[in-house]
Amino acid sequence: MASGEEDRTVEEKETNNKKRTKGAIATAWLTFYNIAMTAGWLVLAVVMVRYYLQKGTHKGLYKNIARTLKFSQTFALLEVGHCAIGIVRTSVIVTGVQVCSRIFMVWFITNSIRQIQNEESVILFVVVWTITEITRYSFYTFNLLNHLPYFIKWARYNMFIVMYPLGVIGELLTIHAALPYVRRSGMYSLRLPNKYNVSFDYYYFLIIVMLSYIPLFPQLYFHMLRQRRRVLHGEIVVEKDE
Amino acid sequence: MKHYEVEILDAKTKDKLCFLDKVEPNATIGEIKSMFHKSHPQWYPARQSIRLDPKGKSLKDEDVLQYLPVGTTATFYFRDLGAQISWVTVFLTEYAGPLLIYLMFYFRVPFIYASKYDFTTSKHWVVHLACMCHSFHYVKRLLETLFVHRFSHGTMPLRNIFKNCTYYWGFAAWMAYYINHPLYTPPIYGEQQIRLALIVFLFCQIGNFSIHIALRNLRPPGSKTRKIPYPTKNPFTWIFLLVSCPNYTYELGSWLGFTLMTQCLPVAAFTLVGFIQMTVWAKGKHRSYLKEFRDYPTLRSPILPFIL
Repeated sequence: MASGEEDRTVEEKETNNKKRTKGAIATAWLTFYNIAMTAGWLVLAVVMVRYYLQKGTHKGLYKNIARTLKFSQTFALLEVGHCAIGIVRTSVIVTGVQVCSRIFMVWFITNSIRQIQNEESVILFVVVWTITEITRYSFYTFNLLNHLPYFIKWARYNMFIVMYPLGVIGELLTIHAALPYVRRSGMYSLRLPNKYNVSFDYYYFLIIVMLSYIPLFPQLYFHMLRQRRRVLHGEIVVEKDE
Repeated sequence: MKHYEVEILDAKTKDKLCFLDKVEPNATIGEIKSMFHKSHPQWYPARQSIRLDPKGKSLKDEDVLQYLPVGTTATFYFRDLGAQISWVTVFLTEYAGPLLIYLMFYFRVPFIYASKYDFTTSKHWVVHLACMCHSFHYVKRLLETLFVHRFSHGTMPLRNIFKNCTYYWGFAAWMAYYINHPLYTPPIYGEQQIRLALIVFLFCQIGNFSIHIALRNLRPPGSKTRKIPYPTKNPFTWIFLLVSCPNYTYELGSWLGFTLMTQCLPVAAFTLVGFIQMTVWAKGKHRSYLKEFRDYPTLRSPILPFIL
């Protein structure tokens, strides 16, 4: 072999090695991340169950879980980064929208409007999120370890049928309950006149958010139903969001 | 003269849609599209995409049959581009909207502001100036669409008109609402700020127009040729030395001027979104210039000299 060709194969081998190492690091990090998130949401589930068994009511529960909920849900921002750098093959925009809507519920509704923190609707969507996220993150974890038990796959592609609408109901009821307090306090709002010549009314913004569920929810729901049909009843499909 | 046979298959289903025999060798794709249209009247030529390969690029209307890599029985694949609308129609609609909408807010037509302000005028002279600038800008765009621009594509998909009009009309209403509001706050640095903003705005309007004229003169009437644009005697075109798409550069400058003039956050938002879109377009144009012309000047950047 001429020395030129030898150099090329050595270079190719080096690039392939680099790719393999990068792939291994990415897999290791993602496995750690998904295990950590599964654990975080499991902790949340345990705290909620224990509280209800001890106190028999959901009043005051939010204060107990607030920190863990904020931490776990905010950490999910990393998932947008995973898509952006390409170690997870999902659209950045889709993941971004999903994570942002969760962050919005946690930080800009439940955390900042104290008066609604003991509403039943809050417990409803937190329970739904907990079940969904434990299923989802353990699905990803097992997938990465190449050892996917069928019941996890079944759970991920069937529970959403009930969980998703329940979660939406919880979120909408919570926003609706918050409206009178937002209006009265004028929070997060900017009135005229001001030097930026712009105004923002959080109350009307929340109403628009609620209305936007009408077109968005069916689209996402049917997308998931289609994915379910393909995965459970069809050809072998590479799961896109690992 | 040997005639060709042409068969047209659906690109997705591979069904045979049309068979044409005795096609002249010097027939163009455009002529073949017209023939296809006769057998399928719902697919007018503008919505036909004809390619050699189901997943390949569309052939151009000017391509001649005998110079294509096909045998005497040519197989083409057809893709429906969907309902089409002419570029001129879209431009006229999307520009007429902001012109009229802004004026509605300027004259404080009823049901926008509190009824005691109906048909009143603002006490700030900058608001009148802003209305003149905004209106001038869109009148200029309408006239350019009618008399200056030479479009390479006749049509675009119909759904674009809804998307584009929502963008232009929506932003125009949002900006106009605050600029013409009874509680509008004029710029902090007063006359100095407004004067500087007006100079920037006018300079960039003239610049943008100069570029449009220069680009038009590159292309003979009715043609779709592409040439490298170069600076002309007009100093406003000397920016071609540094930038591939100076029309976008000047457009950004105009809106920065308008933002400075009105000191209005929605205007800044509109400028930012427009800048992002124009940068995407400029980068694409710059890339196709580089691909098409080996001797393309290396000093040029897509939209901002040396930066972007």
